[in-house]
Amino acid sequence: MTTPIENRPEDHPIAPYLRMDRMPHIWCPTCGIGTVVKCFASALGEAGVDLDKTAIVSGIGCTGRVAGYMNLDAFHATHGRAIPFATGLKLGRPELEVVVFSGDGDLSGIGGNHFIHAARRNMDLLVILVNNFIYGMTGGQNAPTTPETARSSTMPFGNFERPFNLPHLAASCGATFVSRWTCLHIRRLTKCIRTALGRKGFRFIEVIAPCSTLYSRLNRLGSGLDLIKFYHDNSEIRHGADTRDLDIGFQDHFVCGNFVDEERPTFLEQMNAHYSKTLGDRYVPMQPEGGWIHE
Amino acid sequence: MKADPAGVLTGVHYLDGDYACGEGAMAAGCRFVAGYPITPSTEVVERISRRFPMMGGTFIQMEDELASMAAVAGGVWTGTKCMTVTSGPGFSLMMENIGLATMMEAPCVVVNVQRGGPSTGLPTMVGQADMMQARWGSHGDYELIALSPQSPQEAFDLTIDAFNLAETWRVPVMFMMDECVGHMTEKVVIPPADEIEVVPRVLTDKKPGEYKPYAVNGRPVPENVRAGDGYRFHTTGLTHDERGYPAMTVECQSTAVRRLIDKIRLNADQIVRYEEEDVEGADVVVVAYGITARVTRAGIDLARAQGVKVGFMRLIVVWPFPEKRIRELAGSVKAFVVPEINYGQMVLEVERCAAGRATTTLVPHLGGGVHDPEDICRAIVEAAK
Amino acid sequence: MRNWRTPLDTGKVKIPVGRVVIIADRCKGCAFCVEYCPKDVLVMSDGFNKKGYHPPEVIKTGECVNCNLCEMICPDFAIFCVPAEEAEQAAEGGLN
Repeated sequence: MTTPIENRPEDHPIAPYLRMDRMPHIWCPTCGIGTVVKCFASALGEAGVDLDKTAIVSGIGCTGRVAGYMNLDAFHATHGRAIPFATGLKLGRPELEVVVFSGDGDLSGIGGNHFIHAARRNMDLLVILVNNFIYGMTGGQNAPTTPETARSSTMPFGNFERPFNLPHLAASCGATFVSRWTCLHIRRLTKCIRTALGRKGFRFIEVIAPCSTLYSRLNRLGSGLDLIKFYHDNSEIRHGADTRDLDIGFQDHFVCGNFVDEERPTFLEQMNAHYSKTLGDRYVPMQPEGGWIHE
Repeated sequence: MKADPAGVLTGVHYLDGDYACGEGAMAAGCRFVAGYPITPSTEVVERISRRFPMMGGTFIQMEDELASMAAVAGGVWTGTKCMTVTSGPGFSLMMENIGLATMMEAPCVVVNVQRGGPSTGLPTMVGQADMMQARWGSHGDYELIALSPQSPQEAFDLTIDAFNLAETWRVPVMFMMDECVGHMTEKVVIPPADEIEVVPRVLTDKKPGEYKPYAVNGRPVPENVRAGDGYRFHTTGLTHDERGYPAMTVECQSTAVRRLIDKIRLNADQIVRYEEEDVEGADVVVVAYGITARVTRAGIDLARAQGVKVGFMRLIVVWPFPEKRIRELAGSVKAFVVPEINYGQMVLEVERCAAGRATTTLVPHLGGGVHDPEDICRAIVEAAK
Repeated sequence: MRNWRTPLDTGKVKIPVGRVVIIADRCKGCAFCVEYCPKDVLVMSDGFNKKGYHPPEVIKTGECVNCNLCEMICPDFAIFCVPAEEAEQAAEGGLN
């Protein structure tokens, strides 16, 4: 006998992927993070990954709260340090699929150094960066991704700093999978995450999402829905575009798509190959199940 | 549990303190190290980088100390014993993530081979000026464990103890070496693996669904879990409840943080460790640790030759501080003399515990070298008057 | 969708019918679903949920094509679709 479908939160298809005991989440009305989480959960289901062997690490910030809501082994690390924390997880138990899900300020600001080195090393991590162009949780400060002339609480007369072009940064540091989507591109984003889950190496997906309460309000851009309508009218999908052309101006036309998809040995693959070659029989690699020593 | 023989370099060796510490870690079962080079600690990771590939260990030189400590805080959750190694400036950088490890109750070892400070200070010369930082370096209320070896042999033995303490109390343990011990080469005897007792990472036997990451049920520490075993647990640096979920309430802060501190504070008797010589009937007791303990013995001999009744207390576990013993001794001795290679750190603890019942004298050395035993002797003789 | 001729497989391809399930108390009134439903099946209602937001409501019953776009785009996990027959069967199975 099937239970009739009532309007219960646990009937929602995303329920198995969420910590239902922590719903509803803290994100604002018209914030785009929830949509990105839905796409991620759908991709997890479609990719058929072993959820018991999938871990998620988030930093601090609004997007940093994602790990806390996911029904996976979930870690809420310190600001900017999600990537090295995830590195520790991956290297301590190589069979884990480790996802880093955090915000633009967290991963490219304070976490910038870790971002570039993990990309350089081709550390086997899937990094989903939600870019709302601002530090939302702390009240709307300027971020390394804030477009020029946009206002924020620490740039009240408009930003005069040049922002990062994140796909270009990731690609130039050696990321093997680089994409940019917005939270409006729900199907393409889901497919992109699904594809990325099947790849190895440093995979970077930037997702542009509205911040209604801070970025949008401080810049008088309306609600999150208005920003999403803006994405609809002003985003252009250009797969394989040169990442140098992916700068984002304030309320300007921007490009999204899949830009880089290559195969290169991951950090662990390189390490294992190198030690096997130089040490031969003496080399004892760490087992995929990890370094737990027990009786 | 007996040590995993793959990591135990049994034999009689001539090693420096740094190398001995690395060997101790490998003997204790450490299999993931994330580090960043900084004099005078670099040799620890250099040794580990050379031997780890033969025993299933992974070493990674991270991009900075913040990443190193973050990687250790993450690696712990795979059931692997983890360690990082640094000196003063790196220790400062690691503080936030040491706080994270404390809050998450992640057992790990952080080695600080102390050098002259503050700031860049004296990179290649000894100091003991990070002792208070070991206890108070990160923000907020917390307690952890710190040890101080006085020789390369102790650098080996006490590193194993550090890992055992970390596992028992689920806390980051600060291994406070100093540059002298780290760069001193002496005989180190490494016993066979079956003579080394290690505390293994014991995982919970509860099923996913029944297990709560921070439920203690009357024990001092919660049961361990490993990522990838299907428990789908959550942990955070935010103040959290038994489920590991953020619970930012006055009540939860009080319960959770109090437990974090009490697990060490109320069990200090089981953790504290020191060595005493001739304190019974002594007029003056000298309290020292690390390399200064060895120099102190020479100073004590000089003072005894002048007829002073001197006792010696060597701190092995520096934090939690042996308050009870100092309070006891304060009732029967005239004075404490505390030589240390700083301008007064552990002396403050001695003074606090003595509570005025015995005088407390600091014999400072600002760093870069060890004390002149004459200076220690002079202070002892002075204190005995 | 207007076709300039009838597709050859019109007889074979069945347009799915879905039923929208709205978890009203979860909704934060963002209106993404209303804006992007391809069949314009939803509007923001005048009613309030427990938190004071206006949740959406279905105004064109029977026109939902079970595309799940609302389910994907809702940031609050407050709306999803199920195939209509499944919903009917389940409703008939009922509270026995």
